[in-house]
Amino acid sequence: MLDRPTRPGPQDSAPPPPTFSGHDGLDHEEPLLFEIGRLDASGVDFDSPEPFEDRLGGLARTAPIGLPGLSEPEAVRHYVRLSRKNYSIDAGIFPLGSCTMKHNPRLNEKMARLPGFADIHPLQPQTTVQGALAAMQELSDWLTTLTGAAAVALPPKAGAHGELCGLMAIKTALRARGEAETRKIVLIPQSAHGTNPASAALLGFEARALSAGEDGVVSVEAVRAAAGPDTAAIMLTNPNTCGLFERDIAAIAEVVHAAGGYVYCDGANFNAIAGLARPGDFGVDAMHLNLHKTFSTPHGGGGPGAGPVVLSERLAPFAPVPFLRRGTDGALRLVEQPEGQSFGRLSAFHGQMGMFVRALTYMLSHGGDGLTQASRDAVLSANYLRASLRDVMSQPFGDRICMHEVLFDDAFLKDTGVTTLDFAKAMIDEGYHPMTVYFPLVAHGAMLIEPTESESKASLDAFVATLRALCKAASDGETGRFTQAPRRAPRRRLDETLAARKPVLRWSADSSQSR
Amino acid sequence: MRYHPLAEADRAEMLDAIGAAHIEELFAAAGDALLKKPLDLPCGRSEMAVERHMSALAARNTPASSVPFFLGAGAYRHHVPASVDHLIQRSEFMTSYTPYQPEIAQGTLQYLFEFQTQVALLTGMEVANASMYDGSTATVEAVLMAHRVTKRRKAVLSGALHPHYAEAVRTLSTLAGDDVISLAPDVSGQEDLIGAIDAETSCVVAQTPDVFGNLRDLRGLAQACHDNGALLVVVVTEIVSLGLVTSPGEMGADIVVCEGQSLGNGLNFGGPYVGLFATRAEFVRQAPGRLAGQTVDADGRRAFTLTLSTREQHIRRDKATSNICTNSGLCALAFSIHLTLLGETGLRRLAGVNHAGAVALAKELAQIDGVEVLNSVFFNEFTLRVPGDAAVLVETLAAHGVMAGVPVSRLLPGAGLDDLLLVACTETVTPQDRAAFVDALEGAL
Amino acid sequence: MIGYTKDHEYARIDGDVATIGITDFAQSQLGDIVFVDLPPPGKRIEKGKELAVVESVKAASDVFSPLTGDVVEVNAALGGAPSLVNEDPLGQGWLVKLRLSPSAETGELMDEPAYAALVANA
Repeated sequence: MLDRPTRPGPQDSAPPPPTFSGHDGLDHEEPLLFEIGRLDASGVDFDSPEPFEDRLGGLARTAPIGLPGLSEPEAVRHYVRLSRKNYSIDAGIFPLGSCTMKHNPRLNEKMARLPGFADIHPLQPQTTVQGALAAMQELSDWLTTLTGAAAVALPPKAGAHGELCGLMAIKTALRARGEAETRKIVLIPQSAHGTNPASAALLGFEARALSAGEDGVVSVEAVRAAAGPDTAAIMLTNPNTCGLFERDIAAIAEVVHAAGGYVYCDGANFNAIAGLARPGDFGVDAMHLNLHKTFSTPHGGGGPGAGPVVLSERLAPFAPVPFLRRGTDGALRLVEQPEGQSFGRLSAFHGQMGMFVRALTYMLSHGGDGLTQASRDAVLSANYLRASLRDVMSQPFGDRICMHEVLFDDAFLKDTGVTTLDFAKAMIDEGYHPMTVYFPLVAHGAMLIEPTESESKASLDAFVATLRALCKAASDGETGRFTQAPRRAPRRRLDETLAARKPVLRWSADSSQSR
Repeated sequence: MRYHPLAEADRAEMLDAIGAAHIEELFAAAGDALLKKPLDLPCGRSEMAVERHMSALAARNTPASSVPFFLGAGAYRHHVPASVDHLIQRSEFMTSYTPYQPEIAQGTLQYLFEFQTQVALLTGMEVANASMYDGSTATVEAVLMAHRVTKRRKAVLSGALHPHYAEAVRTLSTLAGDDVISLAPDVSGQEDLIGAIDAETSCVVAQTPDVFGNLRDLRGLAQACHDNGALLVVVVTEIVSLGLVTSPGEMGADIVVCEGQSLGNGLNFGGPYVGLFATRAEFVRQAPGRLAGQTVDADGRRAFTLTLSTREQHIRRDKATSNICTNSGLCALAFSIHLTLLGETGLRRLAGVNHAGAVALAKELAQIDGVEVLNSVFFNEFTLRVPGDAAVLVETLAAHGVMAGVPVSRLLPGAGLDDLLLVACTETVTPQDRAAFVDALEGAL
Repeated sequence: MIGYTKDHEYARIDGDVATIGITDFAQSQLGDIVFVDLPPPGKRIEKGKELAVVESVKAASDVFSPLTGDVVEVNAALGGAPSLVNEDPLGQGWLVKLRLSPSAETGELMDEPAYAALVANA
């Protein structure tokens, strides 16, 4: 029988014809929910309610809402198909600078889903949630020990929210001294993340830019010149967003304290120094930790995060509610009404408990020794990338030891016709999520690479080999490879101008939606 | 160290390539800041040992599923279909990042576009964002946005707004130098919010169902706000109510903020939750948070991308509409999947079951001597007046295996409302649970 | 007459009304303009203060007023077609018309050759 061959026959080299379905093998196109769902479909079943007289006071909805439903099989297919259009850490290195895209341990997920953590209400009697309060206390102890801080405020829901919390404590401290009206300036390096000046502005502070020196770090002299009786605080990131340790930070903190101001540290880059250095030792008054960065809680496609803030002795009295207190009977209690000089409540309930459980699980799994090893490996990996790429990519502050991330600029692409953006899009075709681009603003066409400790050497070597090949392709004049990229992703480059000029922010029944 | 792929041999090779003899050389810039000895922290433990430790902590808590459970006050116990948690744990959802490279994030961007549409439809508004942290911070952001739109800086807060939400608004306003008028706690639903509006009011913030459970007709208030050039901000803490009740958009709201936790997201002791934020199209450039928008790619195919980013902190810095950077990503996805599984009919039925159960429970409790249900209109939560201290009663009932609700004194201590109890009744409450509550309450009084 | 500033704004003056916009160089630096935030009619703008905000996808640029005056008209066409600022910045892409104050600083503007030299060296 020769009608079922068991090896491939002669092949032609013509490009494949377009498919009839619009799909591409395992990669499926997927319409919007509103194009496939039906108002009368549902994937959930309930018993109908017992007959009742409603007590809605005439406020019952009359018109349809317009929400389509899907059966469970259809819903699963819809979301599985959507998921396959996303890059993820589980699929490949995610070298985003200052994001710390480390592995998300699955034990974290299992622990967070224990009914004793997942199925408890924030306002249950406190006697019925002592285990949850104990977990929060343990997490607090780890955070204060790691940072050398006097206290920690757990409520902030993300890093930016933590910045707001820290600045609120600072403003409250200034008010207590009667200096809130005279001290309105917050000194912020130009390399800082945009959330820093945004948070300051929300509280009525004026953000004043500090420039870094030629070596990429903020100098004591620059701070001495800028700090004065109008200084409320300085906001520093350490290591900074160029991947460099702010070596003058202790001296800077002294200058700011002597001038009567406070020191806020953006803890986004704590993964470089966890277990190896304590911000409390170099004069930091408030620092937020990003549990979704340093402490492995998942990024979830953009959230949720958690941003607890550690506080120095100077600022601890102003911490928000709720906070934990142990009673004489040994029981833990959440103090929910402001006492003393607390600045009050930031948000409802007690903070991102689900992320606390995950972060604590991570800390217990690693231990102090493991966290230290993680920081060392993170810094080692970033420097390994630096050493492997320094001859083909350009560094804006010269070739020097970096911390957990390495910063390049676009000087090496000069005269190639390839921009940082093009280079990033070509990485997508190579199967890599691009590094952070165009941040920090102090480098032209910045490329900020943070490998984290979660990459094997083989993974790092493969990444290096690809970047080296791309650099060579750029200098060899293969501009099409870059300017036409990506060609192998679910979509090619998008028209972002159109999206901003004619914003379409939702599906509507009367719009013609083209595929 | 089971999460660290590098082996000692790898580290040695890497140091060699760098040209450093020891790892410490890479930390030289830290100078004196570097610790001379390890911190006093426990060593890493095996997966089994960590699991044992965390399970022991979890075991010291009373989960809602183990007892008849009637707590609400801004966080509600609902049934989440099994497939939701499976889907959100897919690698490509859970371990992906903010969709800044849209070509390889169409999954995230499309579900955010769908989520935004669902939120707009539910709230009866024209446009919604890709989520905020939670309902309370969304309320704070709504007040700030109202200040920007009206160019005024005074907010009026209903006395039946969730006290945590009101406190969050007051905290920021006090520190930012803005004015807040907070009306006294209003159990009856009869407070005169209209009378509190003047020419400096930027917005009135009203909640429905309110924290005491009352459903509010806000049409008159909306008109009064607009007559005075102010905005109406409506807060909804129980999103399931919108399956049965007139939407805030239909009542004339300008900004609607909700807590979305009831759909897709469990109680989780207060977080992570998901804030919904919806407003009029004309105000969208003043809105905070991420926005997913539709466009086309280079081949003309429909695609989605983050847009109107110039409002946000990473571009506008100190002139941004907010400092928010993360949204509530995975929680927003869980919300959206749950709502997709429900669909219109499912949501209506779910809301109907909630209301019917609450109506039945209210009737049963009202028959107990000394106990009074204060609300005439409500959705799935109402206020009970009990003889004596409600907080003490709750502890007594908890000891007898019934979680009876939230004493108002937990949220408003010292307000003279110590005899009031907030009771919620969702679809997870069975007739047996209701009977257990009635029995336990009768026994305690 | 038409005068320019070093921040790449122009002012076309006709009697006591100046038509103000950004130059061709400025629009080319900003990329595709997606939105223009314009002041309300009647507002008084001092020289050097923020007059408008021109937004592209990735940036928002403040436009500072080259002269002191009161806003008499803003270019309503930009609402539906912000691209006019890219396509015809000195013509249909104008931003704001100001009624100049008597002491308006017209003498401090650069003339065309001076501005062209500035751009050539940029």
